[in-house]
Amino acid sequence: MSNTAIFTALAVGVIVWFLVVSRLTAKPWESQDEKGDVGAIHMAPARIGLWIFMAVVTSLFSLFISAYAMRMHVGAWCHITIPDILWVNSLVLVAASIAMQRARWSADHGSRNGASAALIVGGVLSLAFLAGQFIAWQQVGPTLYFISGSPAIAFFYVLSAVHGLHLIGGLWVLGRTVSRFAAGAELIDLRLSLQLCSVYWHFLLLVWLVVFGVLLFM
Amino acid sequence: MAYVAIADRDAPIHDPQTFFLKYIWSQDHKVIAIQYAIVAISVGLVALVLSGLMRLQLGFPGTFHFIEPNDYYQFITMHGMIMVIYLLTALFLGGFGNYLIPLMVGARDMVFPYMNMLSFWVYLLAVLVLMASFFVPGGPTGAGWTLYPPQAITQGTPGAGPGIILMLVSLGIFIVAFTMGGLNYVTTVLQARCRGMTLMRMPLSVWGIFMATILGLLAFPALLVSAVMMTLDATLGTSFFMPAVMSLGEKLGHNGGSPLLFQHLFWFFGHPEVYIVALPAFGIVSDLLSTHARKNIFGYRMMVWAILAIGGLSFVVWAHHMYVSGMNPYFGFFFATTTLIIAVPTAIKVYNWVLTLWKGDIHLTVPMLFAIGFIFTFIHGGLTGLFLGNVTVDLPLSDTYFVVGHFHMVMGVSPILVVFGAIYHWYPKITGRMWNVTLGKVHFWMTFLGTYAIYLPMHYLGILGVPRRYYALGNTDFIPDSVHSINAAITIAALFVAASVVVFMYNMITSLWKGEKAPPNPWRATTLEWQTPDTPPHHGNWGPKLPVVHRWAYDYSVPGAIEDFIPQNEPVDPKLAGGRDHGKHR
Repeated sequence: MSNTAIFTALAVGVIVWFLVVSRLTAKPWESQDEKGDVGAIHMAPARIGLWIFMAVVTSLFSLFISAYAMRMHVGAWCHITIPDILWVNSLVLVAASIAMQRARWSADHGSRNGASAALIVGGVLSLAFLAGQFIAWQQVGPTLYFISGSPAIAFFYVLSAVHGLHLIGGLWVLGRTVSRFAAGAELIDLRLSLQLCSVYWHFLLLVWLVVFGVLLFM
Repeated sequence: MAYVAIADRDAPIHDPQTFFLKYIWSQDHKVIAIQYAIVAISVGLVALVLSGLMRLQLGFPGTFHFIEPNDYYQFITMHGMIMVIYLLTALFLGGFGNYLIPLMVGARDMVFPYMNMLSFWVYLLAVLVLMASFFVPGGPTGAGWTLYPPQAITQGTPGAGPGIILMLVSLGIFIVAFTMGGLNYVTTVLQARCRGMTLMRMPLSVWGIFMATILGLLAFPALLVSAVMMTLDATLGTSFFMPAVMSLGEKLGHNGGSPLLFQHLFWFFGHPEVYIVALPAFGIVSDLLSTHARKNIFGYRMMVWAILAIGGLSFVVWAHHMYVSGMNPYFGFFFATTTLIIAVPTAIKVYNWVLTLWKGDIHLTVPMLFAIGFIFTFIHGGLTGLFLGNVTVDLPLSDTYFVVGHFHMVMGVSPILVVFGAIYHWYPKITGRMWNVTLGKVHFWMTFLGTYAIYLPMHYLGILGVPRRYYALGNTDFIPDSVHSINAAITIAALFVAASVVVFMYNMITSLWKGEKAPPNPWRATTLEWQTPDTPPHHGNWGPKLPVVHRWAYDYSVPGAIEDFIPQNEPVDPKLAGGRDHGKHR
């Protein structure tokens, strides 16, 4: 739980820092201005929403990993043998993340075709990652997906499933962006969606690398 | 049709016209707030009935034969979970958060209205799943609201089959709903404030809801993690929490799981949950006290900083719920220390509330009565919390009625008093009608005196060593006969308080038709929600132009001012720009 407490302390620290930056020391009873500034962050609401959501997801995975670390010291623990396909899956997700970044760059440079192609490649690679994870599930548990008495394997299923669900959620948003492309939406209107998709994919890649590292080294 | 939260309405927008789009599948934050409130209060009434049944059993054991031991434990569990999660959390954040945030910060709506609407419907689904557990074989779970394993999912515990699964699934759904709503609340506060509404000009109600939402977003994942892992333990035989255990003479397939791990996860959520409920109450009560005492809130900046400090500290006190679960003594020392530290910002708030009243022009309106009542019950509950935060005092008092009395005073009665005060306060704006004052005062005194009659004696029972969670005490040597008399008296007081809820409901419902038409600003308050062009506010809240804020939320009784309040959107006299003006409205 200490990992989680540290994460939470950091998250709260960031919030407090932000608020302090936003003049938390102001004396509102003294200042009466005609047209005061709102002091809001100059970011699109969707971008702020995504960052907050990623903080929630970080909290979720921090707690899962804290639980993993606590559980492994309790008893009846046997380490999981990592299937080789997870290395391939990791590389596929890295490639998907690069493709999403490529889509963002292309949109920034006004290349509609480049953006749509990279977006589709990113989506296909993400689906390939999910398929690879499913194969890994079968390799880890030949007969039963969940084996009582093998908590490391159970953790592997839970962590990869929760990560996969978040990726599926991202694919749903990506699908909507692709459909807007297909409907002929202006590139400038799609730039924010592409930026947010790329940020989310990088985030999910980071989460997966941490999860993979935990499974490998802990 | 949804509004862009922060845009002026230059061109006409077609508001929803059909009943379905206007009141059911609505994206208007005010309608969503009312939907949240109706569902939360409805499910809260179920929990109230359950507590009445529990009290009948405790007050008059052996009299009500239809209450079996299993029923009793199921009543306890469902009462606790419903009250904490599905009533208080949902009502403060989904109800008041939804209604007040856009209006108080001068926005037209939440920034993600569609997701806001989905948040309510997913919440409703969570409630329906939870209620469904009353009708499955074995009934709802009777594991206690903390749902500790291995007991919660082991045969022999009431509702250990489908009941506990439905509870865990319902909690998971609730967390999804909360996350959708929470993203809205935080982003709206950060991004959709109108011109002039700096963070430090926000009313404390918004600050409390804002910080509580952040706590919820970071803490609810702990409950989700524990719910997911316990569901897997119960259904697929994993051993996250389940140790090797014998049940009904047979060894179960689990091995090596850690019940303590569950407790850590649960309380890592559970203690911030106290503040998820308390912080909105702190914020709202600050606004009620200031408005009805016609005086600016004492120490506004300290109040904001205290909210932030309490929010941060609430994540490092969780294990004070686990002193009797077994831990390293140094951990006990650490958590006792942090628990006492969190009392400092909390005490600052209490002092500031009292100092706000000091020499104020106190109007003993019904909302004010509830706000003052809150100060009493919260001080009471807070002080007994200091007892329980210390390891050496907690050990003998743990699992006694002292604990029941403490937490009901601090996070049951206190927030509920604020809920009632807030409903009376904002009811005229929400409905456009006033309520019956006499019935409101009757409701207050019945609630205030009745709840004291319930929970004050419980502290005495706890000091006597009377254990909680017992279906019947029987003829136990260390329990004197007077305890049974006290239990009977507590039950009568509980029924008295339940009757007060009937008075409240009658007043609220009949006033919708019979109440006097409410003026736009009956309390002569400064905050923006009272300055809307229409009462109740129409879809989009503000007419063609968004408001502009020129001052903080607490300009009451400004010396030299024409009236004893200056609304936040009252322009400053240009001749006095940069200095202090006295308002010139109305």
